[in-house]
Amino acid sequence: MPNYRIHKTEYIDETKRVSFKYDGKTYFGYEGDTLASALLANGIHLVGRSFKYHRPRGIVSCGTEEPNAICQIGSKKDLTEPNVRATELELYEGLEASSQNCWPNVKFDIGGINNFISPLIPAGFYYKTFMWPKSFWKKVYEPLIRLSAGLGKSPTEPDPDIYDHKHVHYDVLVIGGGISGIIAAKMAAKNNLKTLLVDDKKILGGSTIYQNNENIKIDDKLSSEWLKNEIHEIKKLSNLTIKTRTSIAAYHGYNFLLAKENLTDHLPEEKKKNKIRQRLWKIRAKKVVIATGSIERPLVFNNNDRPGILLSNSINKYLDYYGVTCGENIILFTNNDSAYETSISLHKKGIKNLIVDLRKSASSELIKQAESLGIKIYFNHVVTNTFGYRKINSLEIMKLSEDGNTTVGDKIKLSCDCLGMSGGWTPMVHMHTQSGGKLDFRDEDQVFLPKENSEDQISVGSCNGDFDLENIIDKTVNKINKFLDIDNQDYQDTNIICSKENDKRNIWLLPNKIPLGKTKCFIDFQNDSTAKDIKLALKEGFRSIEHVKRYTTTGMATDQGKLSNMHALGIIADTAGVKMGTLGTTTFRPPFTPLTFGTLVGRNVGKFFEVVRKTSMHEWHVKNNAEFENVGQWKRPWYYPKNGENMHDAVQRESKAARDSAGILDASTLGKIDIQGTDASEFLNRVYTNAWSKLAIGKCRYGLMLNEDGMVYDDGVTTRISENHYLMTTTTGGAANVLSKLEDYLQTEWPELDVYLTSVTDHYSTASICGPNSKKILNKLFPNLDLSDENFPHMSFKEAKLENINCRIMRISFTGELSYEINIESKYGHSLWKMCIEAGNEFNLTPYGTETMHLLRAEKGFIIVGQDTDGTMTPSDLQMDWIVSKKKYDFIGKRSLYRSDTIRKDRKQLVGLLTDDPKEILEEGAQIVSDVKSKPIDMLGHVTSSYFSPNLNKSIALAVVRSGKTMKGQKLIIPMENKNINVTVSDTIFLDKENKRLNA
Amino acid sequence: MFLINCPFCGERDQSEFSSGGEAHIVRPKQPTELSDDDWAEYLFMRKNIKGIQFERWNHVHGCRKWFNVVRDTSNDKILSVYKMGEKPPVNYK
Ligand SMILES: [Zn+2]
Repeated sequence: MPNYRIHKTEYIDETKRVSFKYDGKTYFGYEGDTLASALLANGIHLVGRSFKYHRPRGIVSCGTEEPNAICQIGSKKDLTEPNVRATELELYEGLEASSQNCWPNVKFDIGGINNFISPLIPAGFYYKTFMWPKSFWKKVYEPLIRLSAGLGKSPTEPDPDIYDHKHVHYDVLVIGGGISGIIAAKMAAKNNLKTLLVDDKKILGGSTIYQNNENIKIDDKLSSEWLKNEIHEIKKLSNLTIKTRTSIAAYHGYNFLLAKENLTDHLPEEKKKNKIRQRLWKIRAKKVVIATGSIERPLVFNNNDRPGILLSNSINKYLDYYGVTCGENIILFTNNDSAYETSISLHKKGIKNLIVDLRKSASSELIKQAESLGIKIYFNHVVTNTFGYRKINSLEIMKLSEDGNTTVGDKIKLSCDCLGMSGGWTPMVHMHTQSGGKLDFRDEDQVFLPKENSEDQISVGSCNGDFDLENIIDKTVNKINKFLDIDNQDYQDTNIICSKENDKRNIWLLPNKIPLGKTKCFIDFQNDSTAKDIKLALKEGFRSIEHVKRYTTTGMATDQGKLSNMHALGIIADTAGVKMGTLGTTTFRPPFTPLTFGTLVGRNVGKFFEVVRKTSMHEWHVKNNAEFENVGQWKRPWYYPKNGENMHDAVQRESKAARDSAGILDASTLGKIDIQGTDASEFLNRVYTNAWSKLAIGKCRYGLMLNEDGMVYDDGVTTRISENHYLMTTTTGGAANVLSKLEDYLQTEWPELDVYLTSVTDHYSTASICGPNSKKILNKLFPNLDLSDENFPHMSFKEAKLENINCRIMRISFTGELSYEINIESKYGHSLWKMCIEAGNEFNLTPYGTETMHLLRAEKGFIIVGQDTDGTMTPSDLQMDWIVSKKKYDFIGKRSLYRSDTIRKDRKQLVGLLTDDPKEILEEGAQIVSDVKSKPIDMLGHVTSSYFSPNLNKSIALAVVRSGKTMKGQKLIIPMENKNINVTVSDTIFLDKENKRLNA
Repeated sequence: MFLINCPFCGERDQSEFSSGGEAHIVRPKQPTELSDDDWAEYLFMRKNIKGIQFERWNHVHGCRKWFNVVRDTSNDKILSVYKMGEKPPVNYK
């Protein structure tokens, strides 16, 4: 097996050998490696296939910007993870990874055929080709694209890992632990500011930490040695927290940031167990220093995507940090000085290399050093083509014309096994723009820079466009002193030697003799878009950068175009003949790098996913076989199946029992608001449609609450407990909103009213007993209470004691039966329920759930707000004009009841429906029409509630129908998939119109 | 995520609050006297300003109090916070 690890470094522990599997084959690396460096040490460059043409692709970079080395980690159904960048993944014993984009395998690839038919796959190909016929999309195109597109596989079982969230507050947050970040963090922390420094790598130091050129020195030390000392110093600072392996995912307004801390991803399987995998930090910082650095730009030339072609600085990092060389015969292709550092480093390790430089000449100390070492430099030359299928083996260069627009002279062919590209540097302005910051364009080196630094945010170092060491240190120190309003003198006398210069020759699309249409000049490696695609998009009329981006898919892969956006913009600007700065740039959106769902969700999984509210009777319901329904956060018994009954049978039995003898319902979930104050009656007058001032103490009244637009909002019964004390009930789902709305009016419109509102929903449990035998059961429970109609009539309230515990009993009914609601402090709710059940035993007292409750009230034509109403129904639409006071001067929504729209005669109105076939049960939501022959069919309304009534032995339904009030007796049609159902419009009250049963 | 300075509780995370739209729209004292148009003006018409906006917030998961906020919608900066019934600060318009 080849070994490209050619020297020892302090970051690789050669005593700790690590075995791992890549595409099923076992390899070895060392602790300290990333998957990418370990693969390169084994001579492996080829790591995947490109998205569209399935061209072989190799590792390009050493960081977050990596477009090609995207892996699927693990193979277990619950633990596999796609879209992991091999350049960021720390190697651990037992790691299993596979290349993601290469079905059926990386060496033989069916999609590779696309490469040969690629003239047929231009920009917008997917849009253009897969447009029709429609049915082909689902059955043919989509599965095919998915199969060959290499989008990775999701786990199919729940994630067994533990994730965590943490909220923190800091005076200063520094993002990025490179040289400028370390200086900033030190200055802040030494000036008594509580500081957090985060860096996504395993160790601090950025790209300076492995720098070893004697022409780049600080205080007479190699810059890397100087920085190590600084890191050693800051670790002693007590008010500085340093978090490595932590990357900022999102920068929101008000300096609220989300960071992902990786805790166990670098550990072998057995050490991961029972530990938190990742932690999401929710950071509030008074001030934020962005020091995220910059990334090297590739160059755009023909066949610039072959395995073995990397960013020049990445070759340097693999060599000096990981001890791995990317080849034995390397060519560096550059338009600036930084490739020379790589070249000199390679030369010193004995790796043969030469330089192709776009510039006509250059003469910095660094270049002189390279020349003196005998490194061959081709100035004013350009790479025009590369060769080699699975890895580059040679390339051609040509001389550039004076203006740089064409090539001149003869081709020179050079052999190589690796090519490094350096197109200059792109400041990482993502954090700045995510936070809402704008950008400026600097023409001289064609970079976007943070436009302004606000009082609570600043960018320093190369992410601010300061590329040379002297600038980085001086400017960072000055800016931080000003930004934090401190006077730190630590770096006053720092002596910096940097022999690099900043000049570069920027050409976005490099010239070539071959017509562009026949070249493959890749811009976005991950999404396979080329310079040709961008030009085609412009030719077809796309102008906006956002449109070109979407049409060509440039910058839309998981790397979000970190390497490609600048070139796409540059080529657009050149082609359209506009200045680049005028184009603007695409928006950088969070997350900066992909986040797992686990991290976002944290501990809120399984039973912690959402709050579950249970009544104090819940345990009894569970024991008695209840099926539950979710109503808001509440678990409500839905029905109680007996002896294998299905839902229909259980509901029929429960409904019958409630009317024939007695039924009991857990009504604890209804919203309860305690209203007190001298103006409580006046307040109720203003919020309900009916009159309240004359309600006697000890009496109950049903109320309808509207929105200011006149539409029904909520309903419920309110009881006057004493002169200035009421208890309001609301619907289960509406409780919180009603309280909020009432508070709104009290605090903002009517602050003069003396009224206090308190939610007591959870304080009381409620058992509702109904049916002809309910009075007998009540009598057993409360033998001292006079239950006679004279003393305790319908719609009244009494206090009574159940074994010395106070109860509030309301004689109110939502079923139309004689009915009592017993309220007791919640801690006694379960006992109350059990005592009711026991007392009711001899009367076949039957527990019923929400479904039976809905059926019973529908028999009586009582509405359920939210089921029979949808925010567009007025009281009149519901045929409830009787509840709207004519005498009251004002109440919420009153004025809206006679707006031109609310008095329209053809509004949808609540009606009853009876099916011609009494056994036929309508579907709730079904459309209602009068004529199925004329097309288009005129929709008149829809069914809102529908049941089979065991008490009437027929199907009944409520519906909203256009002009329904005037349609009693009219025939209508419910068209269903296979048949039309004939119905007749009826009254909304189906049972006991005279309300005899209330006093049975 | 805003940090909102509730005048009763102090600075709290936005997730504790709910927004209540434009501030200083007073419910007419005599709605029945209003024409359909005037009532509709009160009921439906709201400004949607890019720039300085006066708006209502409710500390719904806190003290339950409503209060007013002056916010620059172009950068989401909250410029001022004041209680219901208090006059809006004059230096913003
Ligand atoms: Zn508050």
